[in-house]
Amino acid sequence: MSLNIENLTVYYQTLKGEVHALEDASFSLTDGEIMGLAGESGCGKTTLGTSLILLNGRMRYIRGTVLLDGQELPIWDNRGMDEFRFKQVSLIPQYAMSAMNPTRRIGKMVHELIEARHEDYNEIMPELKRRLDLVELPQEVLKLYPIELSGGMKQRMVMVLSTLLNPSLLIADEITSALDVSTQKAVVEMLAEFRDRKFVKSMIVITHDISILSQVADSIMVMYAGQLSEKAPTETIIRHARHPYTKLLISSLPKVGIKYSEEILHGIPGKPPLLLDPPIGCRFRDRCPVAYEKCTQVPPFLELDKDHFVACWKEFEEHA
Amino acid sequence: MLKLSEITKTYKVGTFGGKSLYAVRKVSFDIKDGEVISLIGESGSGKSTIGRMILKLTSITSGSIEFNGQDISTIKKADLKDYYSHVQGVFQDPFSSCNPIFKADRIFEIMHEEFFPSMPREEWDEKLVEALHCVGLNPEHVQNKFPHQLSGGQLQRFLIARALLLDLKFLVADEIISMLDASTRIDVLNLLADLKSHGLSILFITHDLSLGYYISERAVILYKGTVVEMGETDKIYHTPLHPYTQMLMASVPHLDHKWEQKTTDLGGKVEDITEGCVYFSRCPLEGKGEQCRADIPPLVEVEPGHQVACCCFQK
Repeated sequence: MSLNIENLTVYYQTLKGEVHALEDASFSLTDGEIMGLAGESGCGKTTLGTSLILLNGRMRYIRGTVLLDGQELPIWDNRGMDEFRFKQVSLIPQYAMSAMNPTRRIGKMVHELIEARHEDYNEIMPELKRRLDLVELPQEVLKLYPIELSGGMKQRMVMVLSTLLNPSLLIADEITSALDVSTQKAVVEMLAEFRDRKFVKSMIVITHDISILSQVADSIMVMYAGQLSEKAPTETIIRHARHPYTKLLISSLPKVGIKYSEEILHGIPGKPPLLLDPPIGCRFRDRCPVAYEKCTQVPPFLELDKDHFVACWKEFEEHA
Repeated sequence: MLKLSEITKTYKVGTFGGKSLYAVRKVSFDIKDGEVISLIGESGSGKSTIGRMILKLTSITSGSIEFNGQDISTIKKADLKDYYSHVQGVFQDPFSSCNPIFKADRIFEIMHEEFFPSMPREEWDEKLVEALHCVGLNPEHVQNKFPHQLSGGQLQRFLIARALLLDLKFLVADEIISMLDASTRIDVLNLLADLKSHGLSILFITHDLSLGYYISERAVILYKGTVVEMGETDKIYHTPLHPYTQMLMASVPHLDHKWEQKTTDLGGKVEDITEGCVYFSRCPLEGKGEQCRADIPPLVEVEPGHQVACCCFQK
């Protein structure tokens, strides 16, 4: 078991009160698993990803434990986490395009970064060059400034950087959303290759685009309004989803081959609740077509089939 | 209805503007009444520039755009208002289309004063409510609110309603879906399709191929400002002929099957080519030769309603 999270709860401190952005998330990742984390904007997927590496000023750790390779991550302790960042847990940030220091040549920046982690740059150099070759970047990029690279090249450079010290967990936050379809494909394939070559043990790929996940992820976890809805192997999520939100979400995706004139797709009526004062119980209740009285209680995240976790009372009832 | 003939947009680049960069090069197509055309291309392909030129937000370097037989570049002040009452645009980010310090409805007030000064208030209010209903909004939920109080999907539909209040014939929809969430984007798409059935023509600019397929009858594929392939959506999607289109179609992530072959075509930085086929440096075809480097291949009709610009399909 590479990553094990239990009851992780993170709120945002705002002037109006606490935003319940992540509520009691419990799940685990096995070694070598690429897990896709999907959901609408504001559902807490980025909160979950970043809380594993750095709680920024407004984020408040409330409760929960995170075990990585049997070791507890002290995510509430900014200094204590330093030991783990980059070496054990690493992140490809949402805006990788602007993640590099614009005033340094890339090589110099990498040098400083490695030294800050008390590693020897010269020792790492050959490995860095091998990895640049792997992602088809010329070694000259180390002498360039970030502004001289194209978007796709910067993205690949940041990928090489984030994984340089072979972390056991990599969090990739919306890494494909700003890229063109063809570059998108290359970047996603590279992620899988990094896993296959054991540069990283397991990965959490955060995106709103389920069709990208279906290409690369081993399992997909769907979140809604700060709560986990469903986690299952990719095929199961796409073909046999059980949570009503996942079902509606998958059926609303347009695909090549479906035309308006032949088949009309439908969205999900309503909009996500505000998390400043979230509704009691299942947060999808107001938009859910099958909601009933029981849904005023928070459904637990239970394993109904092997590796298939669902948080829905109706499903529990039918399964029982 | 709208006819683009050989429109070109160049920008001066380099020191003292010594070089010129083609943002759009000799693009020609036409849009009929009640038709939806998808303009598909990657970032930097010039798709938004074409939309902006139709809306007269960017000047045309050469070529002409005709709207119902009238060259739009000659339209001057008084007639311009008339043009804009038929042709409107909706853009990617609805929040930046609104002034955040005023309530969103202010836009309707301005329109009332500018376009329909003689219409009495009651009649205008009725028309407004009708337009909001038409885009699937409940007027009580959206009126008298600031832009930040509305969701992206609501505000986007709000802006479409703004366009509908006019005597709209043609809508330029520039990436209007990409800011929206998966659960609401399909509703906006359905709305466009519904408007189309009432006779509205739409230029649907997108980089998302599956959205383009869902809504349009014809598609135009752009690469570096040049049309590489155009024709009926079915033909383009199922039998793409240009190597660029083929690569694009192979890169679309499908839910039901995985990518077939691994592509290593990363593009990277491609040198700017001033003559010859725009796709020359990335083209994987065996048959490419000196001719491709020298001449720009013209669009050739390979089957009815399907045109390709590639040397391999020249006679």
